[in-house]
Amino acid sequence: MMVKNRNRSAIVFNVINYTFLAILALSCILPVVHVLALSLSDKAACSANQVKFLPVGFHLRAYEKIIKNADFLRSFWIAVLRVIIGTTLNMVIICLTAYPLSREVKDFRWRNLFAWFVFIPMLITGGLIPTYLQVRNLGLINSFWSLILPTAVPMFSVIIMMNFFRGISNSLVEAAQIEGAGHMTILLKIFIPVSTSAMATLSLFAIVGHWNEWFQGLIYINDNAKWPLQTYLRQILLPSALEGSLTKDKIQDLKYLSNVNFKSAQIFVSMIPILLIYPFLQKYFVTGLTLGSVKE
Amino acid sequence: MKNRNKHINRILKPKPKENSTLLLMMAPATVFLILFNYIPMGGIVIAFQDYIPSFGFFGSPWVGLKWFRYLADMPDFFQVIVNTLIIAIGKIFLSTLFSIVFALLLNEMRSKFFKKGIQTIVYLPHFFSWVIIGGIFVDLLSLNGLINQFILWIGFSKPVFFLGDNHYFRGTMILLEVWKSFGWGAIIYLASITNISPTLYESATIDGANRFQQALYITIPSMLPIIILMATLSLGNVLNAGFEQIFIMYNPVVYSTGDILDTFVYRIGLVNAQFSLSTAVGLAKSVVSFLLIGISYKLANKYAGYRIF
Repeated sequence: MMVKNRNRSAIVFNVINYTFLAILALSCILPVVHVLALSLSDKAACSANQVKFLPVGFHLRAYEKIIKNADFLRSFWIAVLRVIIGTTLNMVIICLTAYPLSREVKDFRWRNLFAWFVFIPMLITGGLIPTYLQVRNLGLINSFWSLILPTAVPMFSVIIMMNFFRGISNSLVEAAQIEGAGHMTILLKIFIPVSTSAMATLSLFAIVGHWNEWFQGLIYINDNAKWPLQTYLRQILLPSALEGSLTKDKIQDLKYLSNVNFKSAQIFVSMIPILLIYPFLQKYFVTGLTLGSVKE
Repeated sequence: MKNRNKHINRILKPKPKENSTLLLMMAPATVFLILFNYIPMGGIVIAFQDYIPSFGFFGSPWVGLKWFRYLADMPDFFQVIVNTLIIAIGKIFLSTLFSIVFALLLNEMRSKFFKKGIQTIVYLPHFFSWVIIGGIFVDLLSLNGLINQFILWIGFSKPVFFLGDNHYFRGTMILLEVWKSFGWGAIIYLASITNISPTLYESATIDGANRFQQALYITIPSMLPIIILMATLSLGNVLNAGFEQIFIMYNPVVYSTGDILDTFVYRIGLVNAQFSLSTAVGLAKSVVSFLLIGISYKLANKYAGYRIF
């Protein structure tokens, strides 16, 4: 009798649990499905709010419009360029910086000094205005490099990489040193090849970070033609994007959106790169997160 | 013999030269950190000046605590702090709670296939920018958007203007953050559940404990250290209400409940060009946050042995 009862309550629990988690998962994916459906629907159906999760009056006109839209294509290209150059620079600096910091004080006399030097900016920042003024003083306003250089050193990633390098057996290093290898050779020929999983994780973080970043573009670049994709999208998608007082038009826009079809297509295209690398993110990010947050 | 070893060592490890390679490796990061982190830190002094751009960080007239006094007398500023605290604490509390509950429920799922599938889906929103999420939800949350259609369909008489009504704005922001981050936040708790020894569950089963009792007496207590650690570390975030999200989704109609310290700093500084006042607000926030982070690391180190490096 007791066993039977237990079985029944276990089944009830399982049903509730599976249903609840399924709803949760649906809530995460349905907004994306909705955007996709809107982007593939007829304009009139979009404005009449007939579109839920399946396209109404299927057509690809919005995507044809994107291919011809110079603003979208240009900002997409700037974002791609930024991801490539920004991530490369980040990774070079991460490796170069993490290696000396992973040495002991007897091998690198100023190790602790530099560790603090890298760590302190994580705790104290100049804040928005002093950083903005410094970027301006360096003449980087309206330059593509204002998107790359201010965040060239990802402090948190350096520390994760440093911890990873520390885990590499010292006997490898000693053997290489007896062979006459210098530090640069050891880094390139030993450390980087054995750290591929950490390298992959940190590159993926950098790629996602650069792709998604929009605020630097907004404050450092006044010329719309030089904006990366996310900054451009913010301007067209969000009614509050225009500074100043809220006009009647804008309130209207917030209540009842216009041109949803084309906007949705642009949202979806900007999601594609993330969706493409998502399988790799999945493979690596769990390691990445646990690498960074908790150490035994 | 001993001497010879020393001699060989010296040949093998010519110390000064070795150090110079390592210094050279540090050089790029050092230059960038000085330019974009340390010089702006020095720029904090403009909080105590009447900053005039052409005079530079150190040439402008000093005004002592003028801007801080000005802030203390500003009625808006108090409201901004209240908004920041409500939104930030709401986010920390609900996100943590939701991540833990999600991890526990997912752990009770026996089907590997469903487990993997659900994890794959719920991590996804974390990787989309707030611009994208904002773009989608401004549409979903509008008066005739999908969510309001649902609200009307289940029988409510009026649609809710989530983003344009001061009654709902903060709650909407908190829930949206929970939605975006609970899956990602659960990873750390799932990892701690994976580390629990299976023998504990085996012996509990022999003693006749059911799944609920196992969760209550084994899983939750085993997760407790990591829960306490994460809660302690989040102390440093009580003034971070999430700039990107609020900045993307707020509008002048909801300034009275939605304006937070970071958006306030942005508007005063970059829209109104009051550089010194804006820096003063930023500095006040940083000092408090810094103290809180210090305290939280101290506590985390003392009770959980946590350290950064």
